[in-house]
Amino acid sequence: MKATPTALRAALILIAVCVLPAIAGAQAAPPNTYAITHAKIFTLAGSAIEDGTVVFRDGKITAVGAGIEIPAGAHVTDAKGLQVYPGIFDSITQMGLREIGAVSATVDSTETGNYNPDVVAATAVSPSSEHIPVTRAAGITEVLAVPGSGGFDSGGSNSVIGGQASAIHLAGWVIDEMLIKKSAAMVIRWPEIETQTFDFATFSRKEKPYSEAKQEYDKQVNEITDWLERARHYAQAMEKGSPAKYDRDLKLEALAPVVRRELPILVFADRAREIRNAVEFCDKQELRMILAGAAEAYKVKDLLRSKGVPVILRPMLTLPPDEDDPYDRLLSQPAELAASGVKFAIASFDNSFARRLGQNAANAVAHGLPYDEALKAVTIYPAQIFGLGDQIGTIEQGKLANLIVTNGDPLELTTDIKYLFIRGQLTSMENRHLRLYEKYLKRPKSQ
Amino acid sequence: MKGSFGFFINAKNLRFPSLISILCLPLMAAAAPPDVPAVIVIRNATILTVSHGNIEHGSILIKDGKIAEVGVSVNAPKDAQVIDAAGQFVIPGIIDCHSHIAAESINEGSVSVSSIVNMAEILNPEDIDIYRDLAGGVTSANILHGSANAIGGQTLVIKLRWGQPAAKLPFEGALPGIKFALGENPKRSNFSIPGQPRRYPVTRMGVEETIRGAFSEARDYKKTWNEYNKRAAAGERNLIAPRRDLRLEPLVEVLEGKRYVHSHCYREDEILMLLRVAKEFGFKVRTFQHVLEGYKVADELAAADVGASTFSDWWAYKVEAYDAIPYNAALMTQRGVVVSINSDDAEEATHLNQEAAKSMKYGGLSHDEALKMVTLNPAMQLGIDKRVGTIDVGKDADLAIYNRDPLSAYAVVQKTLIDGRVYFDLQRDIAERAEREKEKKALIDKFKKAAEKKPEEKKPDAAGQKPGEEKPEEKKPEAKKPEEKPKPPQTDGIDSGSTVTLGGAL
Repeated sequence: MKATPTALRAALILIAVCVLPAIAGAQAAPPNTYAITHAKIFTLAGSAIEDGTVVFRDGKITAVGAGIEIPAGAHVTDAKGLQVYPGIFDSITQMGLREIGAVSATVDSTETGNYNPDVVAATAVSPSSEHIPVTRAAGITEVLAVPGSGGFDSGGSNSVIGGQASAIHLAGWVIDEMLIKKSAAMVIRWPEIETQTFDFATFSRKEKPYSEAKQEYDKQVNEITDWLERARHYAQAMEKGSPAKYDRDLKLEALAPVVRRELPILVFADRAREIRNAVEFCDKQELRMILAGAAEAYKVKDLLRSKGVPVILRPMLTLPPDEDDPYDRLLSQPAELAASGVKFAIASFDNSFARRLGQNAANAVAHGLPYDEALKAVTIYPAQIFGLGDQIGTIEQGKLANLIVTNGDPLELTTDIKYLFIRGQLTSMENRHLRLYEKYLKRPKSQ
Repeated sequence: MKGSFGFFINAKNLRFPSLISILCLPLMAAAAPPDVPAVIVIRNATILTVSHGNIEHGSILIKDGKIAEVGVSVNAPKDAQVIDAAGQFVIPGIIDCHSHIAAESINEGSVSVSSIVNMAEILNPEDIDIYRDLAGGVTSANILHGSANAIGGQTLVIKLRWGQPAAKLPFEGALPGIKFALGENPKRSNFSIPGQPRRYPVTRMGVEETIRGAFSEARDYKKTWNEYNKRAAAGERNLIAPRRDLRLEPLVEVLEGKRYVHSHCYREDEILMLLRVAKEFGFKVRTFQHVLEGYKVADELAAADVGASTFSDWWAYKVEAYDAIPYNAALMTQRGVVVSINSDDAEEATHLNQEAAKSMKYGGLSHDEALKMVTLNPAMQLGIDKRVGTIDVGKDADLAIYNRDPLSAYAVVQKTLIDGRVYFDLQRDIAERAEREKEKKALIDKFKKAAEKKPEEKKPDAAGQKPGEEKPEEKKPEAKKPEEKPKPPQTDGIDSGSTVTLGGAL
């Protein structure tokens, strides 16, 4: 047998650190002041600090730099030879909403019906999901849980307005402890002009004339317009009158922050035509648009830059949409967008594959994206895009202490996360996979 | 990625050949296969031989498609074509032990025993995924039938000779295989067509009986033929030959050791079930595919001398994948199982080097052990290790050249060689892009002109599209496309995330 792997060792230390005091006294409060010392600190807000110290208290960073004084009573982690980064932010997932894709009883990602602006992801996020600790072990400290996936697992629902996405920490006993922002964006799937659809009932591809597809598209866009118009009137009524003057409408009430530009809309679109249509629509409607998916963002990069539309890119490790696209079309897109000044984040768009987020960002670097941009695309950029840039995404005084301590580049395949802090608490990296590994590592040799 | 749907739909699921693609593709595919210089020498490379360590500043001499010399210095003739690989890494070409590329279709799902069908007969040499996987360093792939049936179709190993006709794809001399499948897919747990009755089997018990039943028939069939052949050989006259049964013939080949069994599976119990059935009928299982709970029965797998071909880190897309762990490859390896990492997916195949690297993080395998997972080990599992899988004199010159250590997420394939021919060259690919764009634009213009000349065919733009709104690179209205095959929304194997319910490999 090989030497105990480092990940396992780290986990055992963490179990010792986290579990043993708990046994001694279940109510014993964890330390509230920590210091990580002698680390190379990549703050992502300025250059890296050699032999640096970061101190945090009650969940927030109080000091970062070289030669920082360590407060008395602080729990000190000597990170000599290690590196500290802001925790990774996976800004599109279905974390806690979807446990096993093929088992509909475990999927709460998409409500039935086309327009559900009032449903909120945080309501259905299961804090006990096995995905959460597994994802955390990959250095991901917070995610956006996004409702409204549409598709087969939602009973064929193809929701247009999918509901509100919630930004959550990947730690907490109950959802209230996990919440960063309950309503971080309104999710919209931009309608497509679909001349080809797949019919699940007959398991065959159906074609329809362009004119018919366009009509259906226009109808859906008109419906969205109509919802927004009604929401505007509703918002006005709310501002001006007493509740008696209007009947309460939960859906319109949910849309009010969207038309007031308080809540951004996260618009899923991949093809250039749909992106262009969506950008023009949001511009006209004066909505705060964030584009998601964006397989063909490169075709409309000038538009995206000029309108200031930020983008959440799907994984680079995705085949190009067209057969005659260059093989590396999605891999090289981040470099192209960065060069043309489009602001973007990279997300997993998944749960099981959330831990491939770093790998995806690294692949973008391999195809031309500057390394710093890749790192920021999974930390501070998504934080800024969703209005959380003052709370997470860099290591700066006053921000939440969501940090990872690694033995190398957090985007590289073989790097281990040694320690992980969420809201300033040392958080276990024990998870389903590690548990099963340890269990079967110990299976006696079969005769 | 392999995950989900709708908003989360992978761009690969968005794939449908546009008219433009269809027009262009034959031209791209028609590109002649690369010339094969008689002698090539790769110089100044870091050579990861897999069989006998690494060579710094090494050279590889290739003659007539075979590796002639490997070492710090080789005796290259003056007229040898030189590939300068200074600062680059050469590894044996990647072998994907579970692929569905280059296939027109992959699932004959109507019956529980579909051994009558053969992947060799439906190869599509123009599938762009061949080229894309080449660009990921893949040189050989095990082209499997889907997993809709307890006993599925016949399978074959191909080389990714992009530009060659279908007849040139099969790996010469490689033993053919047959796909088996256990668990949720042959039970059709996640798949049903409304209004249609369920197909037997719907339980793991029934899956076993389906396989046992088929092999009982095959054994009787073999006996009947043996009897006939014996009597015919003895000179008996007026004998009537038994009726040929194309469904049972491949199973007889399995019983005779002339065809490999590659069995899709997930759970520990079904793995042991198939080993018992195989023992009962006296055949060998060559590989367990996916085998995500292989780590639970690693000793049994090692004792049965059966290969395990698994995913790096897929999990939770269905119940039988809920106990999947990324440590699987390492745990099985450490207990003596020959393990490979496969793709089951045209995209995943483009970075199998990276997927292999994960076994160093999850379970602590060495660099060499990790690299073997996508080179020598799959070659052994497919019985082609005398020809490929390591960089050794006498072997086929199937090589992948990276700009850095291939077990890194930052490594990019520079060239891929098969039989000493450069089938993928990054610089050439980039250089040709402008020409391709020009060609595409010319075709679009031609199409537009043709459309304008036919006023009777009403332009779809009449439906309210503003003139000029449609950019030429975009999907066109597409009136008729006789060439197009209906394809399910994703062409990947069954195990592609929750798309399990829809995947082509159902």
